[in-house]
Amino acid sequence: MSITANEEFKPKIVAFCCNWCSYAGADLAGSSRLVYPADVKIIRVPCSCRVNPMFILHAFEKGADGVILCGCHPGDCHYSTGNYYARRRMALLFSMLDYIGVEHGRTRVEWVSAAEGVKFSQTMNEFVAKITSLGKNVRLEDLRCRK
Amino acid sequence: MQRIGVFVCHCGSNIAATVDVKKVVEMVSHEPGVVHAEDYQYMCSEVGQAKIIEAIREKHLTGLVVCSCSPRMHETTFRKTAERAGLNPYMVEIANIREHCSWIHKNMEEATEKAVILARAAIAKVNLDAPLFPGESRVTKRALVIGGGIAGIQTALDIADAGYEVDIVEKTPSIGGRMSQLDKTFPTLDCSACILTPKMVEASANEKIHLYTYSEVEKVSGFVGDFTVDIRKKARSVDMSKCTGCGVCQEKCPSRKTPSEFNRGLNTRSAIYTPFAQAIPNVPVIDREACIKFKTGKCGLCQKVCQAGAIDYEQKDEIVTEKYGAIVVATGFDTIKLDKYDEYAYSQSKDVITSLELERIMNAAGPTKGHLERLSDGKHPKNMVFIQCVGSRCSDKRGKSYCSKICCMYTAKHAMLIRDKYPDVNVTVFYIDVRTPGKNFDEFYRRAVEDYGVNYIKGQVGKVMPQPNGQLLVQGVDLLDNKQILMEADMVVLATAIEPNADVRRIATMLTASIDTNNFLTEAHAKLRPVESPTAGVFLSGVCQGPKDIPETVAQAGAAAVKAIGLLAKDKLMTNPCTAKSDELLCNGCSQCANVCPYGAISYETKLINDHGIREDRRVAVVNSALCQGCGACTVTCPSGAMDLQGFANRQILAEVDAICR
Amino acid sequence: MSISKQAEQIREISGVNPYKCMKCGKCSASCPSFNEMDIKPHQFVSYVLNDDIESLVNSKSLWKCLSCFACIERCPRDVKPGKLIDAARQLVVRQRGEAYLTPDEIPELLDPDLPQQLLVSAFRRYRR
Repeated sequence: MSITANEEFKPKIVAFCCNWCSYAGADLAGSSRLVYPADVKIIRVPCSCRVNPMFILHAFEKGADGVILCGCHPGDCHYSTGNYYARRRMALLFSMLDYIGVEHGRTRVEWVSAAEGVKFSQTMNEFVAKITSLGKNVRLEDLRCRK
Repeated sequence: MQRIGVFVCHCGSNIAATVDVKKVVEMVSHEPGVVHAEDYQYMCSEVGQAKIIEAIREKHLTGLVVCSCSPRMHETTFRKTAERAGLNPYMVEIANIREHCSWIHKNMEEATEKAVILARAAIAKVNLDAPLFPGESRVTKRALVIGGGIAGIQTALDIADAGYEVDIVEKTPSIGGRMSQLDKTFPTLDCSACILTPKMVEASANEKIHLYTYSEVEKVSGFVGDFTVDIRKKARSVDMSKCTGCGVCQEKCPSRKTPSEFNRGLNTRSAIYTPFAQAIPNVPVIDREACIKFKTGKCGLCQKVCQAGAIDYEQKDEIVTEKYGAIVVATGFDTIKLDKYDEYAYSQSKDVITSLELERIMNAAGPTKGHLERLSDGKHPKNMVFIQCVGSRCSDKRGKSYCSKICCMYTAKHAMLIRDKYPDVNVTVFYIDVRTPGKNFDEFYRRAVEDYGVNYIKGQVGKVMPQPNGQLLVQGVDLLDNKQILMEADMVVLATAIEPNADVRRIATMLTASIDTNNFLTEAHAKLRPVESPTAGVFLSGVCQGPKDIPETVAQAGAAAVKAIGLLAKDKLMTNPCTAKSDELLCNGCSQCANVCPYGAISYETKLINDHGIREDRRVAVVNSALCQGCGACTVTCPSGAMDLQGFANRQILAEVDAICR
Repeated sequence: MSISKQAEQIREISGVNPYKCMKCGKCSASCPSFNEMDIKPHQFVSYVLNDDIESLVNSKSLWKCLSCFACIERCPRDVKPGKLIDAARQLVVRQRGEAYLTPDEIPELLDPDLPQQLLVSAFRRYRR
């Protein structure tokens, strides 16, 4: 299935943001009025290590077109080591997604600190552009979930 | 099934201007579990909160969703509101429709749609919320201050004044910090040492304050109210209890070629040294890298001359472990390295100096005994050029993007002092902007211009060229006259940008305190919580949080002390109830979770488990909720899915994903 | 603020965001041809911002800039006036539809005193 250029494609994007850095970074992007597309919906988690790869697969299954995980910069984790775990888990998940043929770029990990509102908004703009160019997620969507 | 009330805030026009609030109310009222939905101008106001309380009581609500600003802002407010109405405070979820929606989207339709989706996600989460009850943890009534500069000293004095024990850890041999290196202070031109030394003495004499000088923080564990800190007391090679501070060892020491850190390398010091005359404690240290005894084994002169027998070459680094309730970071700043700014010829000429070096030159205890002279040939200068914003306000890779804040004022101070003491010296200041916000600051700068005849030129210096005759040729521009200026100078002073102390990154990592791209520590809220780190129990004092002058540093140090005292005054702290919990029926005792737990909160017990009628002894994980901080690392590691995080349960996050992808 | 096509082109060719300028004047302070120029390096930015490209392309400065890169190297805000003036030159060259010099002409102009950087930039600019 391909998306024609004139058909307006609004991707569904789930962003997992850790409470201490990235969620605060997203807040800063908001209070600085740094625009990014409304397609991004943020879920707050205490730490990037709280994000089970299963959550990401589940999101794709339910029809998400892209999932991005944001955490504190390596070394800056509020819980000392959480983002290191997240990084390893995501590396494994990405190689699995690669193996089953999901396009690169549907998932992304980005480190955004509480002071990086600009980076948050830039990242989201880039990510939405990337997902829009990739088009709808069809490989992982569970069609039974569609209403 | 929960009975959920949804409250949508207009936040004046902050939300209502881009989100159709009425439509959000209308859309969410059909969601499963929602029995009440309303909107109001300001939900966080007294009236708004009263509406919530009324709805809870009348409709017997069991869960709340507030669609408003970020939960980092008002989650606590609405949790307290819920509690006042008798609802468990953890049955409240916030849908962030301001920072994450109305403020960043322009299109009303799009923003409203997103707001509805965010509200649905929060509703889905509340549906699976369960009441949580915070535990209690004790507070160690002792504070640690990292850094012994004016910020650290003031914080420690204020905390000690309230009756609590304070330890100061300072990595150099003496407390005093940057301020002890200054000659005079703006805008009143007080002698820096004259106002600082009494504070230093007070800190060392205060029985509640304990100084760990020549020491560094090695390891931090624990959490708010109960930190455990390892402090490395570096080997001083001098017995603190025996030394009388007579100074004979320093006079006799034959190794005298080490650049003096205190004088910014402008002169040298002995291998056994106290950094400056008023050092506290007045006990020297042996720099083992410079000491002949440590390098060759032959010397030992200081030991021979020491009447008190205080020299101890065998001394070793010592690790002290202490417990603290609160930690204040006051690590201060340094000037940036100028190797990327070679156009100013700092590395090529001894007569191009930084402002901090000028500070030492002007000081009576400095390398020139307070006489203004060129370091290359000792001659008295006739023309001096000051260059502002060296490395500050640079958005390229070479410097710092921020304004260092103090340079405009200290340059005015230097210019004024020089013109006052040596009226024959012509002083020219090249500036981009003169920024003097502060009490009596602009008047001070104007005095330099009007009363002391300092020549301020709006423009920058392109390069400084050392000439064969020892003069410095300065090529600059006067933007107001639109002329390029080529002038000879005897000395050039660079208002060098300041940056956080190099150690701050290591310390922030240990404390798990956040740090920004410039290595300044991040405050919990830029406006409303400026002296607290987002990490509970960690407070910020002085320049480690952002550029500041001395009055501001002292003010912030006091504020940080008050926050620390507020914490120490509590006997018990409520702990975060969003902790991990293991399902004993599912746990297979594999120990994976204990391996990833950064707090050592998970242990194993053998328990009699009744698994659907089968009763057997099993090894299961048990979470100590007092230690668990709720990161959730264990929940993902658990292969059997037994571990879950209360308040952020697997089912809840999946429900949010479902609501968003619906 | 709407800007003309020319100003847009200059920004595109140079890749410079003139709004980043904080008017420190370090470019003019560094410029070796400052005294030869009618519009000074620190003014380039305001000419682009004020959309007065006409004056810029007709100025002496356009051909007095040595492309020595001192301003590009030292600009603290990544504004790089040298790139702006270079872009304005490109604009003129492109408008005229031909290079000012053809590569064949260059050897005739070779002078042992000519700065090497000038040759490098000339080759870079005019090679086809």
